[in-house]
Amino acid sequence: MSVTDSTTPGTDAYVGMLESMSRTPEQKRRARNLGIGYFVAAGIALAIFVRGDGGTSTFTLGGDSSIGLPGIPLAWLCAIVLAALGGVQISRGTAKLQSALLAAATILFIVTLMAWAAAGRQFSLTGTLHDALKAATPLVLGAIAGILCERSGIINIAIEGLLLAGAFTSALVGSATNIWIGILAAMAVSAVLAWVLAWLAIRFHVDQVIVGFAINFFVLGLTSFLDSRVLTKNPQLNGTGTIAEWKVPGLSSIPIVGPILFEQTFYVYAALALVAITTWMLFKTKWGLRTRAVGEHPKAAGTLGVNVLRRRYINVTIAGAVAGFGGSWWTADVGRFNENITNGRGFIALAVVLVGRHHPVGALMAALVFGFTDALALKFAILNTGIPSEFLELAPFFVTLLVVASVGRGAHVPAALGKPYEED
Amino acid sequence: MELELRGITKRFPGVIANDDVNLTIKTGEVLALVGENGAGKSTLMNIMYGLYHADEGQIFVDGNPVTFETSGDAIAAGIGMVHQHFMLVPVFTVAENVVLGVEPTTGLLGKLDTAEANAQVRDISGQYGLHLDPEALIESLPVGIQQRVEILKVLFRDAEIVVFDEPTAVLTPQEIEEFFNIVESLKASGRGIVFITHKLTEALKVADRISVLRRGKTVGEADPAEIDEIGLAELMVGRPVQLVVDKAPSQPGEPILSVDQIHAVDSSGRTLVDHVSFDVHAGEIVGVAGVQGNGQTELVEALTGLRDVITGSIHLGGEDITHATPRDVHRAGVAHIPEDRQRAGLVGDFSVAENMVLTRYHDDGFSTGIKMDWPKARAVAADLVEQYDVRTPSIQTAAGTLSGGNQQKVIVARELSRDLELVIASQPTRGVDVGSIEYIHAQVVKARDEGAAVLVVSTELDEVMALSDRVIVMFRGRIVANLRRDETEHNDIGLYMAGAKEQPVKTDAETTS
Amino acid sequence: MTDTAIDSSNDSDGDHREGVIRRILARIDTTNAVILPLLALFGALVIGVFVIALSDVDKLRAGDVEGILTTIKDAYLALPNGAFNGWRAINETIVATTPLLLAGLAVAITFRAGLFNIGGTGQMLMGGMGAIYVGFSMDGPGFIQIPLGVLAGMVMGMAWGIIPGLLKARAGVHEVIATIMLNFIAGSLVLWLLKTDMFGREGRNDPISKLVTPEGQLPRLFGFLDRPELRAHIGFLIALSAAAFFWWLLERTTLGFEIRAQGANSHAARYAGMKPGRLIITSFAIAGGFAGLAGASEVLGTQGRATQGFAGDIGFDAIAVALLGRSTPTGTVLAAFLFGALQAGGQKMQVTTGVPIDLVLILRALIVLFIAAPLLMKAIFRFSSEAADSGPSFGGWGA
Repeated sequence: MSVTDSTTPGTDAYVGMLESMSRTPEQKRRARNLGIGYFVAAGIALAIFVRGDGGTSTFTLGGDSSIGLPGIPLAWLCAIVLAALGGVQISRGTAKLQSALLAAATILFIVTLMAWAAAGRQFSLTGTLHDALKAATPLVLGAIAGILCERSGIINIAIEGLLLAGAFTSALVGSATNIWIGILAAMAVSAVLAWVLAWLAIRFHVDQVIVGFAINFFVLGLTSFLDSRVLTKNPQLNGTGTIAEWKVPGLSSIPIVGPILFEQTFYVYAALALVAITTWMLFKTKWGLRTRAVGEHPKAAGTLGVNVLRRRYINVTIAGAVAGFGGSWWTADVGRFNENITNGRGFIALAVVLVGRHHPVGALMAALVFGFTDALALKFAILNTGIPSEFLELAPFFVTLLVVASVGRGAHVPAALGKPYEED
Repeated sequence: MELELRGITKRFPGVIANDDVNLTIKTGEVLALVGENGAGKSTLMNIMYGLYHADEGQIFVDGNPVTFETSGDAIAAGIGMVHQHFMLVPVFTVAENVVLGVEPTTGLLGKLDTAEANAQVRDISGQYGLHLDPEALIESLPVGIQQRVEILKVLFRDAEIVVFDEPTAVLTPQEIEEFFNIVESLKASGRGIVFITHKLTEALKVADRISVLRRGKTVGEADPAEIDEIGLAELMVGRPVQLVVDKAPSQPGEPILSVDQIHAVDSSGRTLVDHVSFDVHAGEIVGVAGVQGNGQTELVEALTGLRDVITGSIHLGGEDITHATPRDVHRAGVAHIPEDRQRAGLVGDFSVAENMVLTRYHDDGFSTGIKMDWPKARAVAADLVEQYDVRTPSIQTAAGTLSGGNQQKVIVARELSRDLELVIASQPTRGVDVGSIEYIHAQVVKARDEGAAVLVVSTELDEVMALSDRVIVMFRGRIVANLRRDETEHNDIGLYMAGAKEQPVKTDAETTS
Repeated sequence: MTDTAIDSSNDSDGDHREGVIRRILARIDTTNAVILPLLALFGALVIGVFVIALSDVDKLRAGDVEGILTTIKDAYLALPNGAFNGWRAINETIVATTPLLLAGLAVAITFRAGLFNIGGTGQMLMGGMGAIYVGFSMDGPGFIQIPLGVLAGMVMGMAWGIIPGLLKARAGVHEVIATIMLNFIAGSLVLWLLKTDMFGREGRNDPISKLVTPEGQLPRLFGFLDRPELRAHIGFLIALSAAAFFWWLLERTTLGFEIRAQGANSHAARYAGMKPGRLIITSFAIAGGFAGLAGASEVLGTQGRATQGFAGDIGFDAIAVALLGRSTPTGTVLAAFLFGALQAGGQKMQVTTGVPIDLVLILRALIVLFIAAPLLMKAIFRFSSEAADSGPSFGGWGA
């Protein structure tokens, strides 16, 4: 006869946080914080961008086209616009235009940033966007895995572990056979791991956040252990080939869009296809309706004869397979496994799920933002901007925090997320 | 079709929910299943619907034994259930909720045929006079309409026997009349209805037969033509039940609580409390009547500092507490018995002693600065437990393991054992056993007699009518009536509750004369 | 949906029922407190056997079963050996336990408040930076420098720890994401700091800090024995004091009462007038302080300088410690000991048998899994218990 409404602490913390993000009477305070943010950005523009090297930075767009942007005038423009926005935001707020203005301001800031960094030199814009899409791909795959789980009502903190397991398995099996079999093996192994997560959560009502973390440790420990014990001594077990990018005939010649979108590895195409498929499945099919019902109100579904538990098991296992596929992306990119090769990308995928409001297309958008940050950091390192490399490394994480903090609210979270389903 | 439950027994840890229960249901008639909270009615129906499995006993459909592994089996056998707590997905449309599990699809991949689903819903909805819009989102519909969606779900699956679990709990008297009409039309179409309720008047009104459950056992069948409420209540409870509270007439003094035009909204701007004004005097019990969801909860939140008030003011004995924090309100001498004791009144994992000081640990000598005085807290707790007759193995027992009545007594003990200006009691006897109900009512009256102003908010009209010296009715966030108890009657209040009647605004002088 | 008859009874029958339930629950509690952790350890060790065996590819290929069994035996003997056998081993256990205990407390206090602090690593890193700055920038007198260094560590840890608290209380950011991101950010920040002139050691290109001056080092516990390999230092005493403070805070103060209420039932806490924002921020600040002390203890006591990874994977280990110890003061101490012993033993195991120390991480993960699934344990070990103890219904959190 337990009294508290709390089933499990970690889960409650997680779900409670998600819920608190969607209920807010503090619109004014948020607006004010946003205004302060604008001022800070304007300050950065003034302090740094305006005092840059000057000169025009050339943004190449593939083919022969390019755009030239003068660094310093742009910086002044940016500072003035942002300061003005900040003033308006704090005094009156921008109501309905708030999100649109925020998006525009962000783009302005980023463009100014790039102009400052590349002053007087060339900067391949298409190259950066290409790399952004590439970097976003494992995030998208991880996020889809997360969405499949969470829409069914199961929290999946173990995306990191599932990705890592996929990377390891595809490297090991791929070296012994070939990369394609390695990919299949990765999907199988991660599917099994995900099934274990579901089993522990559903059958034994283990706190889903805790079991997710346990799987993360376990995978990290096991893959590192096996890496030292087996792979180092047997290097033939850790060398697959890489998978090359594929130029889509015809489409890749389209100016600008071509090199970005149509000269990628098949992972990118698969990820985009998965986004489309998952969206269609979730919102247009019987499977999707039942899945969402199970995540929102499992009792309603259960009383109508839907097999809630089986549906959760199946969806989580499929999610595992997707994550395994996502993990193999690293192997395909680098050709081998390195200890902890995923290095936190699974957690960024989790953030992507949340920022993308549990919607595959939203997740794609969010993943692109993070991927862009990644790609930009890489470019800056090459451009030798004087920003220490460590700051560039931490940029994606910092951006994640910023985005989650400002965008998080208003999202609807599957209502039954994290709550074990009681059947008699 | 005839459905028979024979010898059904169901046990849960520590308790026998159903004990050798027999029940027969036929199509073409309305059976009322009557019993107190916890008598085992819902458990029995869940077994019949395949959600639970009986430990002993057998179910027969038209004389043939059947087993329902899941509710899918029960649905297939023609049984439909409209649950007390709606089984509707708030973010889905009406049609999506209705077709879930039997969705019309096109093509091989299971694509939903939304147009077809909408059409079918419109069709049946019209047939039975339910008037539902298939594309409306559940969360945007009022409770009475949501119930119709539940009914539609059942009809969509060709149910021959329809079970209603406490269907009128959340309906206005007007909606209840409409509901009974629907029941009649279902019966006329040849269906059998089972109507679970603890509201005796309704059972008597609509049923052809009445079956009474008490403590998990069937204690008898009754013919509505031959029995009345008091007789039914006796069967239900096992002893003559006092439907009136023993109290002396009130001697109202100064106004203690003055509420003036307070207005509260939710995060999307929807009005919850609509320019409400009233007074509560010392030595007076004011009852707030109304169907659940008409702003009573929010009113109490506003009074206790848990909800922002946009305009208007609240004064306690002259002091302005409009925007006071919950702690300030508490310190000003206000006791709050919350409507959801498990959620808001107690910390289940804390001991009885810890719960006894939950709202008082920061003063009353229970702490100095940051340091807690647990010996004192424990002593006071032991005292209160005895004084208020709380049945618990010890004060160190986790409060969550106590029965509902004893949990409520802990809260009452904690809140009423101080010097008080105002007592706000919200649903004070919900889910509480009969013995404790009487006790709690007595405590509330005692607080009044000791000079406090008392505000009782309850959706149980009988409770409001029994306790109050003055009755306020809330409808859609407004006060639509403010009457002395002896100026009004049960049916009268019912009309106010339904919004069918509204009192013109009187001045304070007029209402207290 | 239990529609039981228990509510409608207030007579002696009801008392009897309550008494029976109470006795059952009491029995479960003892089971939970002692036997489950031991069983979890046992279960983890069993699986560890398979991990070691199946990963010894060479011996498997050669069909050398005896060799495999010997490896397992040696490995598992090395564990208690390295943990308890002799002064050196005990010292190593103490050295490993100290940061685990402090970081475990950092997680435990937030668990009690109903929050999930994954940020132990970042908080420890930042705390360590603060401490090491004091450590290398002055040289005595010790009785000033040492407390100052420890204090600096605690304060820096609090500063970093309060960030997720603020983000959650003011902007609704969930602490799981916030703390994870802050861990990565702290890692990069520390790396950068170690390459600057201010922190970095002259003459070295790799990211390593200046050395702590002799006066600034935490004194050794067994210094009087004049055996330099006995590394235990007073950081351990600091850790134990922190645990005692944790107990006092929770059980004897109003703040502790509020934190416990907030964690057990946040709605009731709010209705009782407690301010959730303040409690969130405060518990994260205290957690950061604990973790900062862990950082100070490591750099000023154990390592004498700071490198990029001086905090290791402490954040995750700390979660395991807090879970195992059920976020109670005594439990956390005991759990930290267990993991510290595993760590010390694991080091010896790696040295003597070549089995990588990552095995310890695997064991820890398995222990966490088993602890978090009491039903699973009961199913495996065939307990008989009536009450549905179906989750981490650890005392103090709310099940």
